[in-house]
Amino acid sequence: MAEAAKMQVSDEVAIQITGMNKWYGQFHVLRDINMTVQRGERIVICGPSGSGKSTLIRCINRLEEHQQGQIIVDGTELTNDLKNIDKVRSEVGMVFQHFNLFPHLTILENCTLAPIWVRKVPKKEAEETAMHFLTKVKIPEQAHKYPGQLSGGQQQRVAIARSLCMKPRIMLFDEPTSALDPEMIKEVLDTMIQLAEEGMTMLCVTHEMGFAQAVANRVIFMDQGQIVEQNEPKEFFNNPKSDRTKLFLSQILGH
Amino acid sequence: MAQGFTRTEMLPAMPPPVSESGTLKWLRENLFSGWLNSTLTAAATLFIAFVAWNSFPWFWHSVWNAGSLNECRQIVTASAGEGATGACWAFLRPWWGAFIFGHQYPVDERWRPVLAFGLLFAALAPVLFAGQKRNLTIILAVVAAFLVLTLYLASAPSLAFALAILGVLALLALAQVQPGKLLWFTLAFPALCFWLLWGGSIWTPIVAVAGFGVLYLVFRLASPVIGLAPAAGAGFVAAVLWWMFVDAPVADALQSAIPIQLLWIASDKFGGFLLSIVIGVTGITFSLPLGILLALGRQSDMPIVKMLCVIFIETIRGVPLITLLFVAAFVLGFFLPPQANFDLLLRVLILVTFFAAAYLAEVLRGALAALPRGQYEAADALGLDYWRAQRLVILPQALKISIPGIVSTFIGLFKDTTLVVIVALYEPLKGITHLVRQDINWKGIYWEPYIFVGAIFFIFCFSMSRYSKYLEDKLKTDHR
Repeated sequence: MAEAAKMQVSDEVAIQITGMNKWYGQFHVLRDINMTVQRGERIVICGPSGSGKSTLIRCINRLEEHQQGQIIVDGTELTNDLKNIDKVRSEVGMVFQHFNLFPHLTILENCTLAPIWVRKVPKKEAEETAMHFLTKVKIPEQAHKYPGQLSGGQQQRVAIARSLCMKPRIMLFDEPTSALDPEMIKEVLDTMIQLAEEGMTMLCVTHEMGFAQAVANRVIFMDQGQIVEQNEPKEFFNNPKSDRTKLFLSQILGH
Repeated sequence: MAQGFTRTEMLPAMPPPVSESGTLKWLRENLFSGWLNSTLTAAATLFIAFVAWNSFPWFWHSVWNAGSLNECRQIVTASAGEGATGACWAFLRPWWGAFIFGHQYPVDERWRPVLAFGLLFAALAPVLFAGQKRNLTIILAVVAAFLVLTLYLASAPSLAFALAILGVLALLALAQVQPGKLLWFTLAFPALCFWLLWGGSIWTPIVAVAGFGVLYLVFRLASPVIGLAPAAGAGFVAAVLWWMFVDAPVADALQSAIPIQLLWIASDKFGGFLLSIVIGVTGITFSLPLGILLALGRQSDMPIVKMLCVIFIETIRGVPLITLLFVAAFVLGFFLPPQANFDLLLRVLILVTFFAAAYLAEVLRGALAALPRGQYEAADALGLDYWRAQRLVILPQALKISIPGIVSTFIGLFKDTTLVVIVALYEPLKGITHLVRQDINWKGIYWEPYIFVGAIFFIFCFSMSRYSKYLEDKLKTDHR
């Protein structure tokens, strides 16, 4: 892909994970995860369900707690220190499978809530920023509606705009298109591609292999809580090394 | 053979057939959908007609003017013939004041609860109809009209009369310019209400409220230095010190310098609906915040906080309110030092508040549990800290879900205020009604006082219920 080549990756480290392990009770869900994400990288994480890929990116903004190893996001190590956690969370945007918009607030209020209360941006300025990003995701005319009045695809684009309003340096996507009708997937993917082209550091859990080929500069395949294979998309799809990866690819691309 | 089909033009929408809409459909679906439903409809109609037919003459022959029950009966017999029955509401004239204020509340001071009652609505309006200029204006205008009429009837002193009307008109003017600022009156109202109802020096409530000012000041000054939570703690300690050591001398000094006071009326003089409303409104006001804290505490990750909340909720909920009132009235006395003069009404207020808070906490816990986990996660992911996430994202939704449960608890609380008769307070249902029935003139009266009290309670409770319906509709944003 021509655009992919244009997108620059810097040497600066955005996320550093070393020797990370996580358990749910007795269940060892993430096993010895090591990865480094450079600023500007677009990483797609895929794998069968239950492989721990969502848990991995949820650890990066501490929605899940890890028990061993080290996660450093933007130079801040994630520990039990609440101050650090809130700092990291305000720098890392997250988009969820089920959008998780706040149903009691209008679209505009959804977008201005965190900037006003966390970043202490004046209301007027926050609203201008929100309208800027709502225009960018192509739904400025919905600003005064409530989430319940929007389609799934529109809601997901609002969710992306809401995250962007915090001016994050890293964006996490947790299966952003899995809950959408086929007709709506494209509008969300277009927004994500646009974001990637602007140089946003992105980690994306998704099964949209077209998206991976279009914008990712690295694909990570996980199974049973560990990273099984990672490579640039061309190599990953055309020349997978591990048998598990081959099986997975044959199943999702097989029809 | 399968045949291909291609639609060339899309069908437009058409109105439904007549039998599928209108009154006829409603009747058929709701009243006569089958033989069982039709029978029940007929039986219910007959029953309603029977009750109405038999009770109607009693209401129709109501007597409003008489000196005693016997006189009532003579009037009924004279007008409706031998053997006719009629309601006797004439007892309301001599006993009206007792029903409303209690039979011991000084007659000359009755304008004070009247004024407090009127201002209560002025104080509630900004909370119930936040920022809605039209509703606020209507309510304040009604309050002004109500006060002009009732303060005149209660023969309030002219100075108080003038000040009250001017005050409400000022609020009315404020509602036109800056309706948001009306909340300041709401905040000041508890102190004002306390002073109007109990009386004494005006400096007592003012200096006591200044304690909150001390709390806020210490918090503001200390929070940049030592952080939010320790600053809040320091502010709380400072306020407690203020109330323990500074409060009384300062209030006394101010009182001797600028003496402004009303006649002191002790709590045991309160009675009737005044008592019910004081307990009900105080309980409702303070149990909601306490209930929210208990519900959050019960969900907390901190085991000790959680355990304390669970113990509090389960203990209070596990014991009948009457037992708690009994404890408040008689048992607490054994544990307090002999010189401690802890007002009985205050004790009752605290226990009623605790009781309602425990129930509210459980109502809210249900709503908190019903919220999708994603809401908590989205708030966290945006970097909102615990209290902001609760206040801006979680509680608005949880409170909305639990409006019916919360209002049920409030209605229950308001009706439970009649139980304070057990600790010898003269609430309207048993306390005052009992006095009426002991009155030599009205001996033998039975239904009427209870119907009267019941009707007044119904008005209050039904209003609360209607308001909750209005609020539910107003907050409906999910468009299902």
